[in-house]
Amino acid sequence: MTPALSIRDLKKTYKGGHVALKGISLDVARGDFFALLGPNGAGKTTLIGILASLVNASAGSVIVFGHDLAREPAAAKACLGLVPQEFNFNMFEPVVEVVANQAGYYGIPRAEAFRRAEVYLKHLDLWDKRHVMARNVSGGMKRRLMIARALVHEPRLLILDEPTAGVDIEIRRSMWKFLREINNAGTTIILTTHYLEEAESLCRTIAIIDEGELISNTSTKQLLNTLQRETFILDVEKPLDAAPVLPQHTLHLVDEHTLEAEIQRNESINTLFAELTQQGIRVLSMRNKTNRLEELFMRLVENGAGEPS
Amino acid sequence: MKAREKLIAFQTIFTKETLRFARIWMQTVLPPVVTTALYFIIFGNLIGPRIGEMEGFDYMEFIIPGLIMMAVITNSYANVVSSFYGSKFQRHIEEMLISPTPNYVILLGYVSGGVMRGVTVGVAVTIVSLLFKPFNIHSLPVMLSMFVLTSILFSLAGLINGVFANSFDDISIIPTFVLTPLTYLGGIFYSINMLPEFWQKLSLVNPILYMINAFRYGFLGISDISLLTSYTISGGFIVALYLFSLYLLRTGRGIRT
Repeated sequence: MTPALSIRDLKKTYKGGHVALKGISLDVARGDFFALLGPNGAGKTTLIGILASLVNASAGSVIVFGHDLAREPAAAKACLGLVPQEFNFNMFEPVVEVVANQAGYYGIPRAEAFRRAEVYLKHLDLWDKRHVMARNVSGGMKRRLMIARALVHEPRLLILDEPTAGVDIEIRRSMWKFLREINNAGTTIILTTHYLEEAESLCRTIAIIDEGELISNTSTKQLLNTLQRETFILDVEKPLDAAPVLPQHTLHLVDEHTLEAEIQRNESINTLFAELTQQGIRVLSMRNKTNRLEELFMRLVENGAGEPS
Repeated sequence: MKAREKLIAFQTIFTKETLRFARIWMQTVLPPVVTTALYFIIFGNLIGPRIGEMEGFDYMEFIIPGLIMMAVITNSYANVVSSFYGSKFQRHIEEMLISPTPNYVILLGYVSGGVMRGVTVGVAVTIVSLLFKPFNIHSLPVMLSMFVLTSILFSLAGLINGVFANSFDDISIIPTFVLTPLTYLGGIFYSINMLPEFWQKLSLVNPILYMINAFRYGFLGISDISLLTSYTISGGFIVALYLFSLYLLRTGRGIRT
């Protein structure tokens, strides 16, 4: 079965000589929930721009559900929906027209376009605002409006470029739920985000690009398994003057009630607790110092394409 | 994309463009009507009787076709240049670029919006002119065809200006310093036969002259230029501007990086 998206040796050099993509190749399987991560300026938005036909590639190929974007643009574009990073709808149009007009550009008759607009605006809690000018709805609503607009032609591949940037946690969670639903219904999703817990929670595959190159592309599970050690924060009951010295673990004192412990992947946390208990230290709570994916992401980006340590 | 889907995409852009200027009719339709009414009052009623006849017609009758044409030209142009540049500025042009809608459908959609505004304003100005001077139409087909051809031509020109524009200043430079002088010097208020020979010849390089004269022929049956020349020049410009616009959209000038 052909993948939902197949990118081969994709390069982009902007006028002025800036090389944004240095030859990216990757496949996205049908039905996948795929994260594309990377630091600012890594080339994510350029890559998405090429997929969306908003940026001209310098070299390479993009094939969407078997249709070459350069040779069969109409067929390839019909499979794609995009939720861009920045608001890019007409601020002086009513919400419902933003969605219905987008359907029209895909050749969907007007009556059907409005019927679908109703479905997606209701799904995304925007139906009450349908006659409001787009500029007058809140930031979170504008984000959801772009999702409704991207879905109105029912694309097989949905690309979301930081869709939850700047929205509150409640809306973010409801958007996650909605995205999971449409992914479960068969839509392949590519997501870029700076919220790594979002990628960890939603995505089955994670690709990381940095300085225009792909430095990792594997399943979320496999990627997290490469994390050799984790750092935990322990809140202790009684104040400590110094970090306790344990036979098998090295601890750091953050403050008198907080310890930091590094645990190797093949180690049991029980040993740490046993050693602490022996020294009469009672732990009240424990948490990861950072999100696991965040820790891994930082190591990968800092080490380039090398093995995460 | 099938032909029917392309037609739907075209209708969508046309409807969107028409609603755009209709929503702000106080800024788009009303001002040219008021301005033209002032021309009729000042040049037609107040100054006109002192000028007397022009090419065998009342001065008011003589200037009516030119004033209607001026409204059509400026409004067709203004509609497309502001709408296209606005869609670049707000980036909602991307809604079309990401879709399967072909470039020529996008182009025709914008041009149809410009034609719609040109025709709407032209009809409104024509109705106002009837309040000042009832007139007969010599050739309805010539009048209507020049009406539409002129608005197509200047809608295309507006789109090209919109493609190249990088700021709001850029969308007012051409209308102010090129379009308005060419329109005023295109024979709205006078016949080029009144001019010295050198200026007569120089006037012939002004494409607007041909449209105003052909349009005047449709109303009054008189023209400084042959109809065939007017249609050939207008048609030639339309084909050239259409092909150039399509080339700009295809290469992504100003809209793709």
